[in-house]
Amino acid sequence: MPPRILLGDEAVALGAVHAGITAAYAYPGTPSTEIVEWLLEHAAREGGPHAQWCANEKTALETALGTCFAGRRALVAMKHVGLNVAADPFVNAALVAIHGGLVVAVADDPGMHSSQNEQDSRFYAEFARTLCLEPASQQEAYDMTREAYDLSERFRVPVLLRLVTHLSHSRATVQVAGSARAASPPRKPDRRGAWVLLPANARQRWRELLDRRLEMATWSEDCNWNHLELNETERGLGVITTGIARNYYRESLSELASEPSHLHIGAYPAPAGLVRRLAAHARRILVLEDGQPFVERQLKDLLAGSFEVMGRLSGAIPATGELTPDIVRAGLGLPARKPIEIAGPKPPLRAPQLCEGCPHGHAYDALMRALDDIEGATVTSDIGCYTLGAMPPYSAIESCVCMGASIAMAKGAVEAGLKPVVAVIGDSTFLHSGVTPLLDAVASDTDMTVLILDNEAVGMTGAQDPIVPSARLEQIVLGAGVDPAHLHVVDPHPRKVAANADVIRREIDHPGLSVVIARRECKVAAKRRARARAAESQEVMA
Amino acid sequence: VKFDIVLAGVGGQGVLSLAAIIGNAAVAEGLQAKQSEVHGMAQRGGMVHAHLRLSDRPIESDLIPIATAELVLGMEPLEALRHATWLDPSGTLITAAEPVRNIPDYPDLERLLAQLRALPHARVIEAERLAYEAGDPLAMNTVLVGAASDLLPFGVDALERAVERVLGRKGADVVRINLAAFRAGRAALDAAVETR
Repeated sequence: MPPRILLGDEAVALGAVHAGITAAYAYPGTPSTEIVEWLLEHAAREGGPHAQWCANEKTALETALGTCFAGRRALVAMKHVGLNVAADPFVNAALVAIHGGLVVAVADDPGMHSSQNEQDSRFYAEFARTLCLEPASQQEAYDMTREAYDLSERFRVPVLLRLVTHLSHSRATVQVAGSARAASPPRKPDRRGAWVLLPANARQRWRELLDRRLEMATWSEDCNWNHLELNETERGLGVITTGIARNYYRESLSELASEPSHLHIGAYPAPAGLVRRLAAHARRILVLEDGQPFVERQLKDLLAGSFEVMGRLSGAIPATGELTPDIVRAGLGLPARKPIEIAGPKPPLRAPQLCEGCPHGHAYDALMRALDDIEGATVTSDIGCYTLGAMPPYSAIESCVCMGASIAMAKGAVEAGLKPVVAVIGDSTFLHSGVTPLLDAVASDTDMTVLILDNEAVGMTGAQDPIVPSARLEQIVLGAGVDPAHLHVVDPHPRKVAANADVIRREIDHPGLSVVIARRECKVAAKRRARARAAESQEVMA
Repeated sequence: VKFDIVLAGVGGQGVLSLAAIIGNAAVAEGLQAKQSEVHGMAQRGGMVHAHLRLSDRPIESDLIPIATAELVLGMEPLEALRHATWLDPSGTLITAAEPVRNIPDYPDLERLLAQLRALPHARVIEAERLAYEAGDPLAMNTVLVGAASDLLPFGVDALERAVERVLGRKGADVVRINLAAFRAGRAALDAAVETR
């Protein structure tokens, strides 16, 4: 097979196909989206494996657990904060004795390019006492994904594949296998009860997991992904790299006077024996990891005696933000390179903004007009393109915390005495995590207004289709128990701003729960769908 | 061979398709390539960049260290200036002259272009105008490839074949216009080099 040029995300997707998965489930989220996008295109072309977007990361992981219960291999993909949503099934999946391999690919976003935090998913793997693999290249992303399925079945745990932005969204050549492993036939678990986590079973499963964890630790010492290279002549500095930090380290290596002993960690639990052997050869250890100080924290427990450990905790590497070759260079003590001098003023920032003519903008115009003469109004909001409404010229929203929080926060704020409160949420975010807080608001008929910005797409991640057609939002809202007299659908068109503002204002004044849906198709989605229709009609003609 | 390119522009301008043409040519010529991209929020009209690294030896980092890029390729002048930090002192900055003014405090254009022209090796190309004359203003990224073609570590022919491969599925008209745009970029480069 000739090598292929693949994004890190695509290498994971292809690795999973070649490992013989029968299904992949995900909710879109940068930088993980391209994993299942690629699998959807692959399935359309090749007829399988089955790939599908889900309502949220929790349902995606639970659906994949069903695949594994049936003895077949499954992939789940999400961004790092998606694992918070899916934490319940993830942590418990480590207890059920997996027999059809399960890989949970989680793309972290150190530096917060497109996220609200930079949490490090390796902590979740540790918390769940399971295995974690962290590729350093697109090739490793492919190879590790394939091996992860064998490991999942061998140790009977979900394997967390930890990616970061600059691997997920970077392309390179990948040497791939010629063919896929045959999919396993359906086979339910051998032991009845292994998946029933009643306390009596769960206690036993938990003890067994801790025993298997010892086997995982033994495996980690001499697996393919952890390498120790000792330099007998350099006894001062030792370096530990994890994941893509190795690339940045090697970028500067030729400039170091003497090559440090080096441990690279690509598989966890971290290999304690290798760490101790490195420590025996060095007085100071620099830890380079893209993300939080996960390995650095463990060193204090692993190393007896006094070692100088340098990294994010010591300040040798900045405590926040993603790694870059230049940060690693500074951490190694090399002088900073000087950029060319540029005379004149510094360039002003160019932050992202709503597309020209975006319907969210027209909806915000109506909302601002409705609130214009109200002192102290509160607008909570949520995750999506419309979060950009926090910035000028709108400055319309005051919160963005996590998927679905707008509605529940509005209820809490009303009950704490703020008035009036409007919750702004997108259609896909509403379907992801907004329905349950709406049930809470219905239960108390909270005096608040929910404004659903329905652009009929998951806009920010590339305008995917929402999980159910937007036309069903009214049924869902009414089914939850919202009074039909206080549910309205408006068209956020620039010529309808005044009329829409009147509707929103009436519902803000209504002393109870109300929902206004502002529905108009996302412009990016409209363009994508028009292209798809054109391609389809061309095929029909050909 | 080691040739690092920082491509800069505004979300939606087509930075990635610009990178795709050069990367495609490089791989066809037997070079290794790594290309780091921006997806997600920044694509909504914010500043975007891609790092494209070409080499005949294995490439380690997906990101280019600052002050080491052989080429900074800007799809508009403000983003070209912002990314000049990556330029090696002996490297070249090439940018489209036409601004994308989607922020209220966009600097004075003449002053901005003067800042760029003051760099040691800079080419300011009227890429959008040349693309328009070639048949489609959207072909401006191909104009820029043409304007960089004397610096890239492979021949003109390799780039023209890459234009055909990358854009082929969009139809013969698109390929024809983009080849014209590429040649217009080459002609502009001759003019831009001469004026220095």
